[in-house]
Amino acid sequence: MENSRLIVSPSPHVRDEDTIHKIMFAVIIGLLPVLIAATYLFGFNAIRLVVLASIAAVVTEALCQKIRNQPITLWDGSALVTGVLIGLNVPPTLPSWMMILGSVVAITLGKHVFGGLGYNPFNPALVGRAFLVVSFTLPMTYWTTPFDAVTTATPLELGPQAVAYPDLFFGTIAGSLGETSAFAILIGGIYLFYRGVLDYRIPLGYLGTVLVLTTILGLDPLFHLLAGSLLFAAVYMASDMVTTPVTPVGRWAFGIGAGIILVVIRIWGSLPEGVTYSILLMNAATPLINRWTRPRIYGQGVSKNA
Amino acid sequence: MINNIREAFFRNLWTENQVVRQILGICSILAVTNLMVNTLVMGLGLMFVISLSSLTISALRNYIPHRVRMIVQTFIIASYVILVDIFLKANYPELSRALGPYIGLIITNCIIMGRAEAFAQKNTPFISMLDGLFAGLGYTIVLMMISFVRELLGFGSIFGVNVNFLQLDTWTIMVMPPAAFFIIGVMIWVATALSTPKQTSQPAVQALSRGQQALANQQVKAGN
Repeated sequence: MENSRLIVSPSPHVRDEDTIHKIMFAVIIGLLPVLIAATYLFGFNAIRLVVLASIAAVVTEALCQKIRNQPITLWDGSALVTGVLIGLNVPPTLPSWMMILGSVVAITLGKHVFGGLGYNPFNPALVGRAFLVVSFTLPMTYWTTPFDAVTTATPLELGPQAVAYPDLFFGTIAGSLGETSAFAILIGGIYLFYRGVLDYRIPLGYLGTVLVLTTILGLDPLFHLLAGSLLFAAVYMASDMVTTPVTPVGRWAFGIGAGIILVVIRIWGSLPEGVTYSILLMNAATPLINRWTRPRIYGQGVSKNA
Repeated sequence: MINNIREAFFRNLWTENQVVRQILGICSILAVTNLMVNTLVMGLGLMFVISLSSLTISALRNYIPHRVRMIVQTFIIASYVILVDIFLKANYPELSRALGPYIGLIITNCIIMGRAEAFAQKNTPFISMLDGLFAGLGYTIVLMMISFVRELLGFGSIFGVNVNFLQLDTWTIMVMPPAAFFIIGVMIWVATALSTPKQTSQPAVQALSRGQQALANQQVKAGN
């Protein structure tokens, strides 16, 4: 015990080339198509909100780590990802100071009060968004059309008769900056899957559950898949590594549970959209899912009758 | 005597502050801190009840049978709470309505019973009364700080006077009880950070001890 170099850590001893830095910058690249689509659709507002949110998130992260006497790890990119995500999750007309506030809340209340990256039970960007929605309901639900910025309602509020599928697919509809263009989200999602950052189980479980449930309930499943922020959240938020289960079975359970909650909120709830709360609620259930789906330890507990 | 008073003052206001140290009386904080006026009335009511009940309990401490002391304490506290309630209803009916059941619920505030059990039982009446007063003062100061933030951001006003000159949107979440949770959490964090001596970080030593810990755990599991 005297020589600290002889201490062997518990298994597994498998090494991996992945670092937080690599994963987070893969996510940033995966977000690029969405950023481009948002800028094309909503113009300067998209750049303004995303840049403000990112700067606020990174500065807050540095301040929190300084206050907590921790090494400052801005280069891992996790704060930047949170900032970009929350920036893409707000309506295009949101005032700048609200955007900054949401970003600060996401990093402090969503992440650092729990101990920083890896310890946060809830997705920080969604915590920030939930804070904004509760605090500033009107500005956070003030939707405008792309290009000409005319006040309108989101497709989820209008209903499936009012919008065409191509509009839903390419994103020429009202909504949060990043959520409208399914096309851009799919490109980003495929890239993330190809890089091995995105586990297919949660998005497929999430989207599949929504498809099946809306079909059973006699609604338009394709509409419910494309409208609102479901796709965006399934690819970029529900797949967050920190706040989701670690086991394969647990990830299916997470996706399916989030899908059920989403459909319940959308159809019977008083809110038009329930993506934020569906993922936050399943985040809360994640430790429990991890415990229930813990794999059997090799050589233990096979059968009591054996 | 002076030393005792000074000790009781600093103990109740800082080192053992009922709210940020002992985490007592949290339910009333969530309920009443959305407006500063309500909070001040609540704090004054609590200071009145806690100092007089501590005084009474301390004065009677040698006459109350030990076995039934808690029910007697509850009676004494309830009498003073009813006094406050009636006083408010008679003189400030609007405030009484705004605070609703929370004045009556002062009786359930753990701080009062805590002071009675932990201090008034064993000390002379005068210092017990001061101890109760300071405990209530510590509670009131923390509550006023919380309600200052909540009213300023939630309504854009201070003591009901509008200070929102820029016409900014107010934060609806600050009007709701969860906001008190966030603020009290941050205050506890700051208070703990201020009073904890700064640790010299020695990563190597920590890693070593963590390795030993893991090893010890494995040995325990293997032994089982």
